[in-house]
Amino acid sequence: MDLINVKINGMPYSVPQGSTILEAARYAGIHIPTLCFLKDLNEIGACRMCVVEVKGARSLVAACVYPVNEGMEIFTNTKKVQQSRKTTLELILSNHNRKCLSCSRSGKCELQTLCAELGVEDDGRFDGSKTESAKDESSLHLVRDNSKCVLCRRCVAACEDQYVGVIGANNRGFDTQIGCAFNKELADVSCVSCGQCIVACPTGALSERDNTADVIDAINDPEKVVIVHTAPAVRVGLGESFGMPIGTNVKGKMVAALRRLGFDKVFDTDFGADLTIMEESHEFLERVKNGGKLPMITSCSPGWIKFCEHYYPDLLDNLSTCKSPQQMTGAIIKSYYAEKEGIDPHNIVVVSVMPCVAKKFEIKRDDQNGAGEDLPDIDIAITTRELAKMIKLAQLDFVNLPDEEFDPALGITTGAAAIFGATGGVMEAALRTAADVLTGEDLKEIDYNDVRGTEGIKEAAYDVAGMTVKVAVASGLKNAAEILDKVRAGKADYHFIEIMCCPGGCVNGGGQPIQPADVRNFNDIRALRAKSLYEEDKNLPLRKSHDSPIIKKLYEEYLGEPGGHKSHKLLHTSYVARKKY
Amino acid sequence: MQKKISSIPFSGTPEQEAKLKEIISRHKDDPGAVMPVLQEAQDVYGYLPIEVQTMIAEGLNVPLEEVYGVSTFYSQFALSPKGKYNISVCLGTACYVKGSGLLLEELTKQLGIGAEECTPDGEFSLTACRCIGACGLAPVLTVNDDVYGRLVPDDIKGIIDKYKA
Repeated sequence: MDLINVKINGMPYSVPQGSTILEAARYAGIHIPTLCFLKDLNEIGACRMCVVEVKGARSLVAACVYPVNEGMEIFTNTKKVQQSRKTTLELILSNHNRKCLSCSRSGKCELQTLCAELGVEDDGRFDGSKTESAKDESSLHLVRDNSKCVLCRRCVAACEDQYVGVIGANNRGFDTQIGCAFNKELADVSCVSCGQCIVACPTGALSERDNTADVIDAINDPEKVVIVHTAPAVRVGLGESFGMPIGTNVKGKMVAALRRLGFDKVFDTDFGADLTIMEESHEFLERVKNGGKLPMITSCSPGWIKFCEHYYPDLLDNLSTCKSPQQMTGAIIKSYYAEKEGIDPHNIVVVSVMPCVAKKFEIKRDDQNGAGEDLPDIDIAITTRELAKMIKLAQLDFVNLPDEEFDPALGITTGAAAIFGATGGVMEAALRTAADVLTGEDLKEIDYNDVRGTEGIKEAAYDVAGMTVKVAVASGLKNAAEILDKVRAGKADYHFIEIMCCPGGCVNGGGQPIQPADVRNFNDIRALRAKSLYEEDKNLPLRKSHDSPIIKKLYEEYLGEPGGHKSHKLLHTSYVARKKY
Repeated sequence: MQKKISSIPFSGTPEQEAKLKEIISRHKDDPGAVMPVLQEAQDVYGYLPIEVQTMIAEGLNVPLEEVYGVSTFYSQFALSPKGKYNISVCLGTACYVKGSGLLLEELTKQLGIGAEECTPDGEFSLTACRCIGACGLAPVLTVNDDVYGRLVPDDIKGIIDKYKA
């Protein structure tokens, strides 16, 4: 790495060539505030929060996009700089709905933080007309409130990066609004519900549809047996809402908190993940054996499913018919578990806690009621953020809770399921089981390192019992599209593809705790969270889905064989082609 | 001002569609093709309804929202068709101080449409324009090529009636 010499606030530093001023200052331990900047995603230098003085430059420059050069003298903290940033904030505030006390982002809002740090007075000295806007509450997964929008375009960039691009800036000047083409509501366009826009948003303009009140109502209903289960990625995200380091695995405290919130049973979606692997690896081997449609593509990620339905409807037959782990868990709770415990499934409310907002859409899909017409697999899906909110509302001292275990009935799970939360995890878990099934052995070599890591696209070929299995793993829909275009054009000879909607997989889902840009731009959040899941996998006594005692018992007592009649009724689903426009 | 979206049914012809396809294929590989294509498409259709913008998005392989964003950013692009009779009210300085704002208000009342909109029967559209160089006749409006000057709001009804079928 070539270094160059610059002076920042009068002090000499050597910084990597090609750095921006923002990055160079960071090496020097100096913080430059930003608002619109998201590394690799939204580098447009538009908001002017990050302005600095550069000796010899005609005007203030935007540090986020301005490259350093040899001998450059930069001033990040002059009166002129401070005044400019402050005025920028005051102008944003003049057209901002300042109901901060009751805002869903209060305390985590980047605009609020900047105003506090830069000493902005809320005296409304620039107040005047406000841009008129209506809330978009049309979709099942999110709410857009443009009265809190600062027009930073971070959501637009996130949506474009997902190759969806259904939101953008419409009209101009004071009338500019972020919205959909022809002012349609989000529910009427081909949004895939991933929620990457929410985690990109610096303010309260975008938030998940809040279903916590429904959960609390269910818990307070004495008639109802309320059962909760949590996805693998939740345990490595939730702690961040309570100030713990990124990626801390808080499984035990999370279970303790859920019990104290009043849930009757606390189960692990990892059970559903193990079950998914049983069904999916069986389906894969069947397709290979019987000349079925290949490549087979995983179906755990509801954002990915909706993307496929809107944008690649010609590839729907390639999708595995397996429901997602969330849905499988619910279907088994309302059938097998209810029968065993002698509970009327109509009195059961199944709540899932997910790193995902698309799960709110998924639970309302057709053909997601395995146990009966009027028995939806899942009643309420909440996000990691909503769970944090419930814990705060109940005033639980989360960090000091004891570590507790999931209820064993559907709570003993394997390492294969834990890694579902990271890109490549489902593929690895499926390969572990498929390899054992094909060889008839209990293979010891079970780490499939080529499909690990946070790269957007990973490819590998494995020799499984004399057969070469070509696999691809993509996360983020831009990367998925690249692979799918190859499949569509007949230029790919993969057998099995894993696709996760969100970049990095579920650990980086749209329902996870929101890290401000300032943290996001300088830390690999996905890798930190994923690392914890691979550690969990390594330390679990069981690391293959088919070794799970609950799974074995479930097939013995109830389901029969993977892919059997009962499995099909409970655990498999169908898809529909949807319009793009 | 926010762009008004027309609710008048689209009535594009196969000839127009063929022309649009030719325009798209000519620009398909140009960087920043959206704007020139919108411009030429407006020459073909007179305005840019969702049907036309969808064809452009599909043809250029860009999101529809991107096309719509451009079409609402530039004032030159229209989302409403022009009526059989396009009434253009001059809001230039001279006309404005002579009360052309009141004429526009009266027209809006009579026709039930705002500026840059078209009546549902496709008969009348309304445009707010800048100086047309007839300041001596202020306040001025035109109906297609006919010019009317030195008007007061009470004159409006009579003018509209002349063109009503």
